[in-house]
Amino acid sequence: MVMGFLTLESLSKIYGDLAAVRDVDLSVAKGEFVSLLGPSGCGKTTTLQMIAGLVEPSKGRIMLDGRDITRLAPNKRGLGIVFQSYALFPHMTVAENVAFGLEMRNVPKSERAERVRTMLGLVHLGQLAERYPRQLSGGQRQRVAIARALVIQPPVLLLDEPLSNLDAKLREEMQFELRRIQQRVGTTTIMVTHDQAEALSISDRVVVMELGRMTQIDAPYRLYENPATPFISSFVGKMNRLDGIWRGAGASGHAEIAGVKLPSEAADLADGQAVALSIRPEKLLLRQVGQGRLDGTIVNRFFLGSYWLFTVETPVGVISVSVPNDGEEPASEGAKVALDWQPASLRVEPASARGDAA
Amino acid sequence: MNRARPALTPWLLVSPGTLLFLGLVVLPLILTFILSFHVYDHTTGIKNEFTFAHYAAVVSDDYYLGIFWRTLRLAGLTTLICALIGLPEAYVLSRMRDPWRSVFLLVIIGPLLVSVVVRAFGWSMLLGSTGLVNQLLQLLGFGPARLLYTETAIVIALVHVMLPFMVIPIWTSLQKLDPMVEAAAWTLGASRFMALRRVVMPQVTMGMLSGSLIVFGLSASAFAIPGLLGGRRLKMAATLVYDEYMHELNWPLGAAIAIIVLVANLIIMLAYNRMVEARARRTLG
Repeated sequence: MVMGFLTLESLSKIYGDLAAVRDVDLSVAKGEFVSLLGPSGCGKTTTLQMIAGLVEPSKGRIMLDGRDITRLAPNKRGLGIVFQSYALFPHMTVAENVAFGLEMRNVPKSERAERVRTMLGLVHLGQLAERYPRQLSGGQRQRVAIARALVIQPPVLLLDEPLSNLDAKLREEMQFELRRIQQRVGTTTIMVTHDQAEALSISDRVVVMELGRMTQIDAPYRLYENPATPFISSFVGKMNRLDGIWRGAGASGHAEIAGVKLPSEAADLADGQAVALSIRPEKLLLRQVGQGRLDGTIVNRFFLGSYWLFTVETPVGVISVSVPNDGEEPASEGAKVALDWQPASLRVEPASARGDAA
Repeated sequence: MNRARPALTPWLLVSPGTLLFLGLVVLPLILTFILSFHVYDHTTGIKNEFTFAHYAAVVSDDYYLGIFWRTLRLAGLTTLICALIGLPEAYVLSRMRDPWRSVFLLVIIGPLLVSVVVRAFGWSMLLGSTGLVNQLLQLLGFGPARLLYTETAIVIALVHVMLPFMVIPIWTSLQKLDPMVEAAAWTLGASRFMALRRVVMPQVTMGMLSGSLIVFGLSASAFAIPGLLGGRRLKMAATLVYDEYMHELNWPLGAAIAIIVLVANLIIMLAYNRMVEARARRTLG
């Protein structure tokens, strides 16, 4: 592994006989935006707090720019942190909040004021410098928290579920805002989130965590297309999952469920082997009956604005299909349809691969 | 349901409390107030004549003024010491986890379950000329010190009795703090002490305010502790009033003193409240 700017080496946190984080190895390059993604209780926040110095690791090392910071007190690390609750100082104005870190660094008063002004400009809060946190909206508070963390020019910015307290519309706006600020400042950033859409949309790389372990590190696109475990495939995006049997061998091989042939890419599998099949809803196409590979009946139809989501009852099971909203009236509930797909989109894996996740 | 009821309900609901308040607080106060203007004669007792003489006597006599000053001074000192001990104590308490927190909360509140008189006697045994404290001082070679029947004894015992009234309001306001706010201060480069001073302290001002008001009010009107630990000569306002009533039998003068103490107390507490609250409200909302 190339020596990164921030490296975690077999970092672990054990509470009694419960391992909250187990042997996390991660190398983050300078300027990179990495997300730790996972369900609650997967150890992602504990990992972040260990980097911040708020939780002491049971084992492992944290290296920052070649320096070991594992045992350093949080106020000596100089990292910028945005807390889930924002943790703004309620008795200080926005400007005082942002200036606090500079004050602790004994930055001269005039320079302090200048840097606070520049930073508030960057997060579009210049007008609100004299307000108190309680007079701000959720999105504004969040930007104060980001400004407060960035004004000290930290080598690494840590974000703990920064968007989870915002409503859906604002969350989407702030996602892009966050990415814009991060790219502008160029700070190495680690974000903890349980929201896969958030992680995929703004990160350079996503680290998936399950039960205290890292299970996959990949660019968002590759993570979505090639999930390493069945858990990731269902956690990241939607996935249709079926159990089947592999028939034939070599190029003529195909998957089969309840006597129905399902064409897929040839795989190195033995005849009669149990397989797990998965395909994303958007990789399926709706056709006229007789023109597809699998016939079915539409049970439900959901309109989601930019696309339609159908649930289709087929001989092999219930399958979700999403179709972009191209302005035409879509098939109605109860209609007979056929499903088609590119054989390469149907992933086939030996069923045993599924056992370890369940 | 008839229409008049909704308007009547709140009045009916507050009436028991109001009656209790009127009967047990307001009425005796009014009677005391009226009594303080009655003429008193040592041979014939209270007369049904009106006079300002008692107020004039109290305000112009150094003896009374000295006692008032001592009362305010000791109450103020007690409040200050309680704040100095209570703040760290409450902070430590708020950082504890169960079961220790419950245990120590009980230790703090526990003394309230014992009568003040019993605790005052306990202190008089400890502080007496042959008490444990003096024995210890002698062992260390400081010689016997006169502790009992001094202002020091009164303040020590008052602090002991009043501490829970300071700790609990501060602890309550600490409970409302987001622990991450303090962590945020650390990550921004503040030392633990700096984070306490700049971030935690300003946010518990309201708790300290209410604690201070309770402690000051109770200390200034304390009776059992100055009575038992101050002795016959070292008087505070409440013991003075008692003496006027029970020894001199000059009830009107006692009433006048009581009213003056009440008014002085009220003015100090309201002014203090206004000062601190205005500052806290501005920043905490």
